[in-house]
Amino acid sequence: MPQKKASVAAVLSALSLGLGQIYNRQFVKGILFLAFEIVAVTYFSTRLGHAMWGLVTLGDTPRQPGVAKYDHSIFLMIEGLITLIFLVLCLIAYVMNIRDAYLTGKRWEQGKKANNFRESLQYISSKKFAEVFLILPSVGILFLTIMPIVFGMMIAFTNYSSPDHIPPAKLVDWVGFDTFKQLLTLKSWSHTFYGVLIWTIVWAILSTVTTYFGGFLVAMIIQQKEIRLKGMWRTILIIPYAIPQLISLLVMRNLFNGQFGPINQYLMALGFDRIPWLSDPMWARATVIITNMWVGIPVSMILIMGVLTSIPRDLYEAAEVDGASILQRFRIITLPMVLFSTAPILITQFAGNINNFNAIYLLTSGSPVVGDYQYAGATDLLVTWLYKLTLSQERFNMASTLGLIIFILIAGFSLWNYSRTRSFKEEDMIQ
Amino acid sequence: MIGRRMGRNIRVVSSYIFLIVASILSLYPALWVFFASLRPGKSLYSRDFVPKKFTLDHYHELFTSKSFLFGHWYMNTLRIAVFSMIFATALVLLTGYALSRFRFKGRKTYLSVILILSMFPGFLSMIALYILLKQLNLLDSSYALILVYSFGAPLMGTFIAKGFFDTVPRSLDEAARIDGASNMKVFTRIMLPLSKPMLTYVALTQFVGPWIDYIFASFVLRSRDKWTVAVGLYDQVFSNQNQNFTVFAAASVLIAVPITLLFMYLQRFLVEGLTAGASKG
Repeated sequence: MPQKKASVAAVLSALSLGLGQIYNRQFVKGILFLAFEIVAVTYFSTRLGHAMWGLVTLGDTPRQPGVAKYDHSIFLMIEGLITLIFLVLCLIAYVMNIRDAYLTGKRWEQGKKANNFRESLQYISSKKFAEVFLILPSVGILFLTIMPIVFGMMIAFTNYSSPDHIPPAKLVDWVGFDTFKQLLTLKSWSHTFYGVLIWTIVWAILSTVTTYFGGFLVAMIIQQKEIRLKGMWRTILIIPYAIPQLISLLVMRNLFNGQFGPINQYLMALGFDRIPWLSDPMWARATVIITNMWVGIPVSMILIMGVLTSIPRDLYEAAEVDGASILQRFRIITLPMVLFSTAPILITQFAGNINNFNAIYLLTSGSPVVGDYQYAGATDLLVTWLYKLTLSQERFNMASTLGLIIFILIAGFSLWNYSRTRSFKEEDMIQ
Repeated sequence: MIGRRMGRNIRVVSSYIFLIVASILSLYPALWVFFASLRPGKSLYSRDFVPKKFTLDHYHELFTSKSFLFGHWYMNTLRIAVFSMIFATALVLLTGYALSRFRFKGRKTYLSVILILSMFPGFLSMIALYILLKQLNLLDSSYALILVYSFGAPLMGTFIAKGFFDTVPRSLDEAARIDGASNMKVFTRIMLPLSKPMLTYVALTQFVGPWIDYIFASFVLRSRDKWTVAVGLYDQVFSNQNQNFTVFAAASVLIAVPITLLFMYLQRFLVEGLTAGASKG
């Protein structure tokens, strides 16, 4: 009955992975699928029940002296999560296996032969190159980024915090939205939260704009055809970038030192007063932005120079023949081309600056301290506050809640903005 | 005609003045810390920019000190940096290539997911990563760092790579495909040679990462002899018993030197006029 091959293969594959493939005479593929199924079933039969129990209850016996067996709520949570991810992956594989059996069966019905194993491999390497290759980064991202993020989000809905809920001596419980309510409405927390949030946004805008256009300006100046020794200028101006940030920022911390730092020494030698670079809230905020320009402009410069070199020369030649001035050439050719190539990077930089831990923490550690803030200072960003809450205060649930809010803010902004930029909508137009 | 030439001269002269001022500002902190590393004594502060007497004692102390295992940390960091640079660059470039040149179902979703994830405060994922590495028995090992740095790279670098590949004319690889080149061959023979500036950028970012990453390295590397320079240096600066600025300066110079040298070498590839001739011939 050749007409029914597709449905039969699909049903066989639904019964057990690989059966449909073997029925379609794809033996190697079928056996591989079967082997995969055996491994998966063994894995889940021993783990799935305990994992689900752990995830729902987060354990029921805290560690007590003299008792060997105890539940560590956080470990139970992460084990449960990993098992769940595997389960979802296997379900996807299961559905794709049925679909594959069905489609190959269809080919038989149309009187075509099914691909043998070698042909399947060839088909994959020529037609499915991108999909197959992307599996590698995807697995990495899934387990080293997505899984930890989901875990972090789950923490936000528990009471995992010092001093009363730190395992293994104590258990952790699900508490729903309690932590969010505390952060947004409890006066002591919300005052700090809104204060730090506003400074974070101001910082992100100013630092992105200053470094991007600073770098653009420097790149344009070096790239002029009258400028000699281009390589030398570029090399010198790249040096702030070549020096590891950890070091340059710790050095800057000393340069800007209010009492003995060389910058204030020079100011005094010139007859000015000392400036409280790092100890006055407003000056400290100005200092982090200036320092960030020093660190960030070279990156934008390299990036934009890279784009400038990839703009076809004949565009400029044609414009020059038509009598376009330097400004016109910049406005019509350079600016759109550079913005086109760097728009996504600009947005990523903005988002990166919202989370720019190093620039703040290494330079000021978030200081100077503000009296009525909860564990935060005048230059603290949300992310450095989060760090302090985690490491020194062990308020994991509060930190996770904060992280989740940061994420929602940034992701919302970026998606809205990104979908509006030309490079996403019309990416196939400049070719 | 004369007015135009005047305008040009003013533009060129002011450009040079700008470049000179910018150069002084760029070099000043580096020179300051360099001279500090050669200054006798331990003090943070000095009257003179260039010290009156020079000494190499602080460099000597770095490698002989019992508590400051600088040589050890240096090699650890170098190893981690080299391996994660190689793996990360390969991953980033291929991911960028796949997303720039191929059209498949779910491609836009993939791009959006990468974009969103790159905005998540990485610190939040560290508690989970810590527990995961603990279960895989990778805690206190440089493999863990290489693994995490390499697979973290596509999140940050993919858009840069993809954006750059997008500007390489498609006629080039279409021509190669007509001549029978495979997908991998198009990548190694056409995309890679044309993307040296971007490759430089991506590779450098990855190489620099391990030298400056304090937070994650200090999370993973527990025992003193496994530390990277960043962890050791931070410990040196912020532990109260060890206030010794000139030794810190010497360590800083030694950390900055390989990265700066590497950069100078890679400079050559930031060639101008990348596609100027490529698509014409």
